[in-house]
Amino acid sequence: MAKTSSTLPFVGTPEQEAQLKQYIEEHKDQGGALMPVLQKAQEIYGYLPVEVQQMVSDGLGVSMSEIYGVVTFYSQFSLAPKGKYKISVCLGTACYVKGSGDVFNRLSQRLGITNGECTQDGKFSLEACRCIGACGLAPVLTVNDDVYGRLVVDDVDEILAKYAD
Amino acid sequence: MYRSHVLVCGGTGCTSSGSEQIISELQKEINAVGLAEEVNVVRTGCFGLCALGPIMIVYPEGSFYSRVKPEDIKEIVDEHLLKGRIVKRLLYSETVEDENVKSLNETDFYKKQHRVALRNCGVINPENIDEYIAMDGYSALGKCLTEYTPEQVIQVIKDSGLRGRGGAGFPTGLKWSFAAANQADQKYVCCNADEGDPGAFMDRSVLEGDPHSVIEAMAIAGYAIGASQGYIYVRAEYPIAVKRLEIAIDQAREYGLLGKDIFGTGFDFDLGLRLGAGAFVCGEETALMTSIEGKRGEPRCRPPFPAVKGLFGKPTVLNNVETYANIPQIILKGADWFSSMGTEKSKGTKVFALGGKIHNTGLVEVPMGTTLREIVEEIGGGIPNGKKFKAAQTGGPSGGCIPAEHLDVPIDYDNLIAIGSMMGSGGLIVMDEDNCMVDIAKFFLEFTVDESCGKCTPCRIGTKRLYEMLDKITKGQGTLEDLDKMEELCYHIKNNSLCGLGQTAPNPVLSTLRYFRDEYVAHVVDKKCPAGVCKELLSYEIDPNLCKGCTLCSRVCPVGAISGTVKQPHSIDKNKCIKCGACMEKCKFAAISKK
Repeated sequence: MAKTSSTLPFVGTPEQEAQLKQYIEEHKDQGGALMPVLQKAQEIYGYLPVEVQQMVSDGLGVSMSEIYGVVTFYSQFSLAPKGKYKISVCLGTACYVKGSGDVFNRLSQRLGITNGECTQDGKFSLEACRCIGACGLAPVLTVNDDVYGRLVVDDVDEILAKYAD
Repeated sequence: MYRSHVLVCGGTGCTSSGSEQIISELQKEINAVGLAEEVNVVRTGCFGLCALGPIMIVYPEGSFYSRVKPEDIKEIVDEHLLKGRIVKRLLYSETVEDENVKSLNETDFYKKQHRVALRNCGVINPENIDEYIAMDGYSALGKCLTEYTPEQVIQVIKDSGLRGRGGAGFPTGLKWSFAAANQADQKYVCCNADEGDPGAFMDRSVLEGDPHSVIEAMAIAGYAIGASQGYIYVRAEYPIAVKRLEIAIDQAREYGLLGKDIFGTGFDFDLGLRLGAGAFVCGEETALMTSIEGKRGEPRCRPPFPAVKGLFGKPTVLNNVETYANIPQIILKGADWFSSMGTEKSKGTKVFALGGKIHNTGLVEVPMGTTLREIVEEIGGGIPNGKKFKAAQTGGPSGGCIPAEHLDVPIDYDNLIAIGSMMGSGGLIVMDEDNCMVDIAKFFLEFTVDESCGKCTPCRIGTKRLYEMLDKITKGQGTLEDLDKMEELCYHIKNNSLCGLGQTAPNPVLSTLRYFRDEYVAHVVDKKCPAGVCKELLSYEIDPNLCKGCTLCSRVCPVGAISGTVKQPHSIDKNKCIKCGACMEKCKFAAISKK
């Protein structure tokens, strides 16, 4: 999947850096530490800009090209920041046959963004995801950690309204 | 001692429909009436009937309350728990017959099921190791370590006829014996919990509902092949499963069931958890191990097989979650017990995740050899809204669509392959007459194009070309020649791809071409989509005899394509219409149809 890098300047606090460095220190000697370290880094910063990749590279002694290769391989790693509210619409098979594609299109239309994008004000980002395993409630979408199931297209406006602040 | 136990499902399905709120409400109300010492509230794993969530069962009566709402809790506590009067109004309607309450096991959904892998799901609290131990947990590990040699353990698994539940169906005992035969200073046991097949969620449910069964089985595998370290590779999309696994591993360590000198026998075994990061290909065994090593999860050529050279270059056994969940039971009850279930070549039971256009969406576990018809019509309760069954999709993006004519085929590994599909991990999605099979094939190809790792050409470019041809057909630009070309390309991709992803990626196309060719022809020749899905081939029309001229449609049309005066029949300008369907959805007189 193609990934877009962010054009926004990187802002990181010394606390965040210390947290990441400590995690790297604790894990660098175990086999296959790169993935857990990147997952932690994304948890701390919300995404993986080149500055963060550089810290991981320095800390683990892994080349930047290898890190970039891993980051772009896995769909969960993001090079661009996500919105305050991350909306994921499940496009797994069970949800798809029950109309989640229409739900996704309505959201995309309402927010004026498409898959992998973030609204100008940084509030909402939209992505299609593959099966969160709540197939019994299909079609399903999540907003951060909240799950909404048994959706119809018209539920979209009501859900967006809940995150108006 | 508690006099009553209230079990509330805490699986992903029910949690998403609000079971956490139910639990806190229950605890509040139970405290309010002073029953905290008498009634125990337990958060369990999945009961299977996700469609009816949130679900709770009250024992000793076994009353099955479904679609419970927080505002119902007070009534259940006051009436049932305090006064002993079951609130029939809120029971699952199938369990109420002529005013009598019948057992859950007599309902259509449960009576044909036989739970082996899911035996503890919905029964025990997965976050409490004592409850697992009370259900004979870890006694299979104890039996192996104290009574069996590693060779004997492998022999039991071989004799049971257990085959891998992840998809390919390789005999598990044989796999173990290969890894056991290779000498090395370090060996590994891995668990594939990267359940990427969209629509399959049995592995997630086992991890959420009974994580210790997997841990115990991995320790048994470690003893059998001579490994002291294991890894569970689990999808990060399953946060509840990850959390419960972490708790379970900690508890097992605390009890000395993982770590050094287990049961005082000198056997060491420990487990680590690794999280996936959203790559479907990592469900392939060599890709999964590459990913655990912290690299891009690309598959590699086999041989050498993982039993010879696996994780970090060492002999490795890799099995899927459901496979492991069967192992402790096989050890305790014997190979004969297990092989008495199922068909000649596929023993035991299989868990299916029922989804799509079916009443009882959820998890079912049935003996191998059960027919698709029994699963769809009896257990699944048939198709909702009076629609007709069109196809059942098994095996996810690697499988195929099974038409109505094969509904009576007994399901096992070999039969499914013979009819052009495969077992896969056990996702079973039901489709009705409103689903377009060309669109479904396109949906799966879009998935594989996206998830192809790009390492080998047939998969990387072949699936892309296949997708483009399907896209052309759904837009009414295909030719009959395209259908033949597609078929030829499918065989090239199947025969030349490096790993299972590419080798099976054309299956959705091949199986729909085989069983639903007429639908392809309708798209290509008549330029029609019979199911009314492919937008480019649809047109919306207003029936002037039914239209009352209420103007609602012209107001909801986002592009102003509908015109007409009040109380006069309206009409749609087909050049402006974007086929969004908003008008048809809103029309109160069913005057708008799509053709």
